[in-house]
Amino acid sequence: MLNRNDAPAFRPIDGLHIIQPEKHQLPNGISLFVINGGNEDLVRMEWIFDNAGFDLQKPLLNLAVSGMLLEGNRVYTAAQLAEKIDFYGAFLQPEFSADHTSLALYSLNRHLPQLLPLVKEVLTGSVFPQKELDTYIRNHKQKLQVSLRKNDFVARRTFNSYLFGRSPYGYVPLMEDYDQLAREDLLNTYHRNLISSNCTILLSGKVNDHMIERIRQIFGDEWPATTTTLEIEKPDLSVPTATLLYEERAGALQSAIRLGNQAIQRNHPDFPALQFVNTLLGGYFGSRLMTNIREDKGYTYGIGSGIASLKYAAFFTIATEVGVDVTAATLAEIEKEINALRTEPVKSDELELVRNYMLGSLLGSLENIFSHADKFKQLYFSGLDAGYYQRYSAVIKAMTAEDVHNIANKYLNYDRMVKVVIGKL
Amino acid sequence: MLHKNWLSSISEAKKNYLCLHSIKFTCMIHFSRFTLANGLRFLVHEDAATPMAVLNILYDVGARDEDPEKTGFAHLFEHLMFGGSVHIPQFDTPLQRVGGENNAFTSNDITNYYISLPAVNLETAFWLESDRMLSLAFSEKSLETQRQVVSEEFKQRYLNQPYGDVWLKLRPLAYQVHPYQWATIGKELAHIEDASMTDVKAFFHKHYLPTNAIVVVAGNVKVEEVKLLAEKWFGPIPFAPKPDRLLPAEPEQISARRQIVQADVPLKSLYIAFHIPGRLDPAYYTIDLITDLFSRGQSSRLYRHLVKDLGIFTEIHAYQLGSLDPGLFVIEGKPAPQVPLEDAEAAIWQELESLKSELVPDEELQKVKNKIESTLIFSQMNIMEKAMSLAFYELLGDGSQINQEAGHYLAVSNASIQEQARQIFRKENSSTLIYLPLQHA
Repeated sequence: MLNRNDAPAFRPIDGLHIIQPEKHQLPNGISLFVINGGNEDLVRMEWIFDNAGFDLQKPLLNLAVSGMLLEGNRVYTAAQLAEKIDFYGAFLQPEFSADHTSLALYSLNRHLPQLLPLVKEVLTGSVFPQKELDTYIRNHKQKLQVSLRKNDFVARRTFNSYLFGRSPYGYVPLMEDYDQLAREDLLNTYHRNLISSNCTILLSGKVNDHMIERIRQIFGDEWPATTTTLEIEKPDLSVPTATLLYEERAGALQSAIRLGNQAIQRNHPDFPALQFVNTLLGGYFGSRLMTNIREDKGYTYGIGSGIASLKYAAFFTIATEVGVDVTAATLAEIEKEINALRTEPVKSDELELVRNYMLGSLLGSLENIFSHADKFKQLYFSGLDAGYYQRYSAVIKAMTAEDVHNIANKYLNYDRMVKVVIGKL
Repeated sequence: MLHKNWLSSISEAKKNYLCLHSIKFTCMIHFSRFTLANGLRFLVHEDAATPMAVLNILYDVGARDEDPEKTGFAHLFEHLMFGGSVHIPQFDTPLQRVGGENNAFTSNDITNYYISLPAVNLETAFWLESDRMLSLAFSEKSLETQRQVVSEEFKQRYLNQPYGDVWLKLRPLAYQVHPYQWATIGKELAHIEDASMTDVKAFFHKHYLPTNAIVVVAGNVKVEEVKLLAEKWFGPIPFAPKPDRLLPAEPEQISARRQIVQADVPLKSLYIAFHIPGRLDPAYYTIDLITDLFSRGQSSRLYRHLVKDLGIFTEIHAYQLGSLDPGLFVIEGKPAPQVPLEDAEAAIWQELESLKSELVPDEELQKVKNKIESTLIFSQMNIMEKAMSLAFYELLGDGSQINQEAGHYLAVSNASIQEQARQIFRKENSSTLIYLPLQHA
């Protein structure tokens, strides 16, 4: 007789193997990291630049430069460039974070030789035509108008901006910032930041020597080294006092809630343990916040928590959208859950659950060769070595109730969190 | 599509780096197929490159199968599938305990459940999925909670953000008879709030049957191993005939429809929907390529002409719903400030007219086909994507058709594009929905 009551035997999760990159130094000083693997004849190539020169008077510049990289250069107009990229079946995407400006190219191997010179023009010869700038401003102002009517968008902005103040991490674009954008400023920012000495290249996929040779030629030999070195100044990040920021929205059916605080970065020894506690609290479907606030009370479609590690800072957040009538009740439940972590020992059953979930999730996150590149990128820009994920797994495997208790008391304190409510309270 | 699970926007782990548009198909996927005595079909795709395994179950039931007075039910039911089954009080916990995770979605046509877990623990997925196909626990508490969760989902996605209710308006405008006239979430909150346990049980017994499901197992698995597990866990579930589906066909639309909504939105917004054939019609591929010509990539026609060159729109998109029964081709856009709505609408029609009167140049057609080809190769990199596609093609009639899709796209000619454009882009085949911002005094 088949026993359906008991779960089949569990087998331990191991076999984590992260592919390490091969490093090449180009003649102009650029580091090229190659993560080679996969069965398909395709690659992803990323050019990554540190953001320098955040200017409080003109805070939108770095973002706008990134957003306009494909809008025309000395050789190709925006239309010509788009036509070529699409014709080769490629995807060329500028990506922006507070720390980095980058350009990602997804291409079939056989089209890469045609695409590399185009990318070179984008990185060295962009001209930011006034007409395209006008279009960029108009379109982004419209988008912003729509986003500002979404409570969760406003909650995120309010939270970031209070937590990190007048720094690149706290900056949120305002309508008037778009009006202030000037072509001259974009050009200056572009020429200051997108230089070879500020560039790191990552190439992942089924890579061959011929490809590397071409890259060395185009982005090494033919891209002069710069004599100036960029100063990436550490932003002034004071820790703000805990407060409740509440914005009432007439007619709201739901309130967006966001709360949290500055946290430790990935390179801090406690980071894996804090990640464990975060997962337990709100980092997966079975988390305490989800179980209590969604699955037991039905206050929300979802609630979650996470830690974001940036170059000079990090933050912990809990976010949700809940019915307006249960906004206060949700905050009370969140407080209860955080306090429970600080006062009551976690049972071994739950420790085991979180542990296995996290190990499985780590294994599953290495889905293809690009995921290996993502893992490396994360470590590289956090200044961590290849042994990190072994250490991370070891911490996850060894977490005890006492560890959870200590970490929760050290890093999570409801009273000291910044709380944002957009909607009704 | 509506998902069971809210995917946290603040979790740093999941970043969709590909940003490819909807992945349309995959190619050269080898698989084996077998059917149990109770009628349950299995497709197995071996891929040893990953340490993970995927178990995907597609149930042939969606919002189109709902009672018009009890809409939103298929989706609510999907949530209840996680509220415990006959022998297992809780679905998620035992799965997470072996390192797995899961999610599910409901569309107007299908309900699809998927599990991803370390391949060494594959049997846990069989244990969980077979028990809830055998029978749910039908817990009152779960029904009570999920009614509330889905009501909050309704508010979050459809009511509490600008333009969120567009599909609650556009569907009934375009469909007057066919059940596609309601969205997966349902017509109104009241339908969800009124759902009873009697409804839940009836829905389960009618639709959640071995004959009405397709299972795909993919990843680091072996066919023989999957066969044994399938017999062991799903074999004992009794046979019941596949339910009949008799849906009313939407009659041909004979005059243009138009609805203007004054709403609390910041900008005016325009949606035009046209009736098109269903997913199995040979014209599907041609129509799909038309959406690519119009709005895929920065060199696409509508983006290039109407956003960049003429500055009439600040954003514009064209897509089709890909539904099994005759579907919709939709163009949506937000006109630039100062541009009168009539001008914006006329500009779209001018693009449609030009596709009807002039053949697409060969090079432009080649361009969208090239993009299809590379998308296809990139999509090979994800086992979950492959498993879901296989299940969907099997539902369409034959999983192996997945390997023919590229050929169908490549065979599209500029003459067939013109023919479809003439057939589809007619005023009398259109439903136009317009949002105008409320003028505050």
